[in-house]
Amino acid sequence: MTDPARDSILNGIRAALRRGPLPAETRAALDRGLAAPAPAVVPAIARGSRAALVARFVVNAEAAAATVARVAPAAVGPAVAAYLRDHNQPTRVAVAADARLDGLADSGLLTVERRGTPAGDDAVGVGHALAGLAETGTLLMASGPDSPSTLNMLPDTHIVVVRARDVVGGLEDGWARLRTAHPDGPPRTVHFITGPSRTGDIEQTLQLGAHGPRRLHIVLVDDDPDAPAA
Amino acid sequence: MHVTSRQFKDNARGAVADANLRQSLATMKTGFRAKRGVAVAALPEFEALREAGKAMKDHTLAHLDHYLERFEEKVTASGGHVHWAPDADAACRTVLDICRRHNARLVTKGKSMVAEEIELNAFLQKNGIEPVETDLGEYIIQLRHELPSHIIAPAIHVRKDQVADSFRDTHTQFPADRPLEEPRDLLDEARTVLRDRFLTADVGITGANMLIAETGSTVIVTNEGNGDLTQLLPRVHIVVTSIDKVVPTLEDSSIVLRLLARSATGQPMSTYTTFSTGPRRPEDPDGPEHFHVVLLDNGRSRMLGTQVQDVLRCIRCAACINHCPIYGAVGGHAYGSVYPGPIGSVLTPGLASLEEAANLPNASTLCGRCEAVCPMKIPLPRMLRHWREEEFARHLVPARARWGLRLWAFTARRPALYRFGTGLAARALRLLGGRRGRLARLPLAGGWTRVRDLPVPEPGGTFMARYKRRETH
Ligand code: SF4
Repeated sequence: MTDPARDSILNGIRAALRRGPLPAETRAALDRGLAAPAPAVVPAIARGSRAALVARFVVNAEAAAATVARVAPAAVGPAVAAYLRDHNQPTRVAVAADARLDGLADSGLLTVERRGTPAGDDAVGVGHALAGLAETGTLLMASGPDSPSTLNMLPDTHIVVVRARDVVGGLEDGWARLRTAHPDGPPRTVHFITGPSRTGDIEQTLQLGAHGPRRLHIVLVDDDPDAPAA
Repeated sequence: MHVTSRQFKDNARGAVADANLRQSLATMKTGFRAKRGVAVAALPEFEALREAGKAMKDHTLAHLDHYLERFEEKVTASGGHVHWAPDADAACRTVLDICRRHNARLVTKGKSMVAEEIELNAFLQKNGIEPVETDLGEYIIQLRHELPSHIIAPAIHVRKDQVADSFRDTHTQFPADRPLEEPRDLLDEARTVLRDRFLTADVGITGANMLIAETGSTVIVTNEGNGDLTQLLPRVHIVVTSIDKVVPTLEDSSIVLRLLARSATGQPMSTYTTFSTGPRRPEDPDGPEHFHVVLLDNGRSRMLGTQVQDVLRCIRCAACINHCPIYGAVGGHAYGSVYPGPIGSVLTPGLASLEEAANLPNASTLCGRCEAVCPMKIPLPRMLRHWREEEFARHLVPARARWGLRLWAFTARRPALYRFGTGLAARALRLLGGRRGRLARLPLAGGWTRVRDLPVPEPGGTFMARYKRRETH
C-alpha cells in the first residue's frame, strides 16, 4: 500500500521533528499508553457520594435548560404523558426500540406512533440514556439497534429516560460505561447531550431550539437506594 | 488559502469608522468574555487542566506520525476511509471525488474552519455540486457571500435586520410581508428551510474538533445540532479536518472538552459533543453508510520543530480573539484571513506565507491578554514577535522603518548621543506643540498622528534627566 500523499505528510512530520521513523520500543510504549488510557485531571465536581452525584446531575441539567422529573420505576409512562400535556405537546410518540421502554404506553395515556427511527415530522421522541454525567448534567446516548441517533436530533421534543443507577460522576466514568457496554470500540455515534439545542448566532442573543430539539425533558428513574429522591 | 492581509491597514481604517460593526463587536464583552470569566472561576481545576492540556498536546505533536497512523488504522478497522491531503487542492479534489462517486448534487455542511481554509464551497460549486451551510451563522454569511469574521461566531458582524434582508431575498417561497423582526422569527425560518435540506442532501460534510487515535473517532462540539443532522441523515459522511487535531485517547479528549466550551462560550459543556466512529453498523437503524476522513496538512507539518510549533496545540476556542483589543476594534474581516485575531496572526503566516500575511504579526499591541486566557497556554505574543523578527530578517519591513530602527539602534548604543538627541527632540516637540500641548501632525509620523494626537513631552527635561536630578537630591 503506497500512497505518496500519505508518505509525504508522515515523512514531512519526521523531517520537521528532525528524526526518522520512531524506534520500535518507543512505538510499543506509545501503544501501551493507548491500550491503558490514564485519566489526567478529574475535577471535584465529577466526584461525590451517590446521592450527591444524582442531585448534582439534576441541578446541572436544569442549568443547561433541560427539565427533570424524578419518578418511581413504575411511573415513567405517566410522567412522560404529564410532561407532554403540561407543555401542550401531542401524546403520539416515537420510541426507541430499547426493551426498557416497552411498557411506556401501558397507562393508556400515550400513543406509540412507532418504535425505532423517527420520521422527519414526528414531534416527540423518547429514548433511553446509557448514562448521565453529574459533572455537567449531560446525557450519554450510544447508538445501536435499540437507540437510533436521529431520535436525539429530529423531534421537536426529546424525552430521555435515565436510571439513577446509571448517573455517574464525570467523563471518565462515562468512558468506563462505554467500554463495558462496547468492549470492541465505540458504536457509530456517541452523543453527549447537555440541554436542548441552541444558538447565539443572531446578535449573540441566546435562543433555544436551533436545528435540534426545542425541549429536552429528562425522566430520572429513582432505582438507586443510595440516592433517594429528596 | 486566499489571504488579503496586505490590505490590513486600509481595512482596519474602514472598520474603525464603521459604527454598525463597533456595535456588534461591543457585544463580545458582555457575551463571550463575561461568560468565560464566570465559567473559569467556577472550576478550581482550570489551571491544572491547562497544564495537562499543554503536556498532552506537546506529547502528541512530538509523536504525531505514530498517532496519525494509529488513528488511520482504527478508522479503517471500523469500516471508514482516511484520505491524506498535503494541501488545499488535494483536499478539495478528494471531497469532490467522493461526492462524484456517490452522484451527489446537494451537500449539507456543518461548521468547519478547515473547509473555510481550503475554500471548499467555491470549489464544489464550480464543479456542479451545491454546498449548503447549516450552522446558522455560516448560513447567514453564505447568503451574504462573505467570509466568517470570527471562528466560532462567523456572523458576529451582521445585524438582525441585515439577516432579515438576506432571508427575504433568498426565501422567496414565503409571503413577502411576514414578520422577521425578532431573532426568533429568523431562527424559525432558517430551521424550516434547512430541515428540508438535511432530509434531502446526498452527502454531509462536517469538520472535527478532535480525532481520537485510540478509537478512530472524530469529534464535533456544537450547540445547534446542525452538525449531527448533517452527518446522520445523508448516506455519506465526510469529515474534513487537519493533522493537528489528533489526541491519543478518550481520556485525553476529556481534558480538551473541559477546557473548550468554557473558554469559548462559557458553557461547562456544549449542547452536543458527538463521537463518530466509522459508518453505521449492519444492525444500526440509522446513520451514514459511508464514512470518510480527509486529513489536511497544508503547512502544519512544516511548523513542527520551529518557533511556532506551539500554535498546533490550538483547539480553536476563540478566547484569544474575544479578548484581543485589536480584534475588538477592527473585527474579523480586516485581517484578510479566515483565521482572525491573535491565533490567526500566528497561524496565517505559517499556513500561507509571511509575505501574504504581511502586517498580521504587527496587528497586535502585545498586551498579553491572549496568552493569559488561552486554555492551551500558547505563547501567542512570543510567536508574533518571532514573525516580526522574521519579517525584518527577510527584508519584508519597509525601507523607511528599517532605517528608522537602525538609526535608533545606533544612538541607543551611545548613551551620550541618545540623551542629547532625545533632549533636543523633547524641546522641539514642546515648541511645535505650543499652548495646546498636543500635536495633530508630525513629520515622519503621519501614520501615527492620522488617528490620534501626540501629547508633547512635559516640561522639565527627558525622563533620564529628571531621574538624574531626583537621584542627587
Ligand atoms: S490560540 Fe488558544 S485561545 Fe486562541 S483559539 Fe487557540 S486555543 Fe483558543
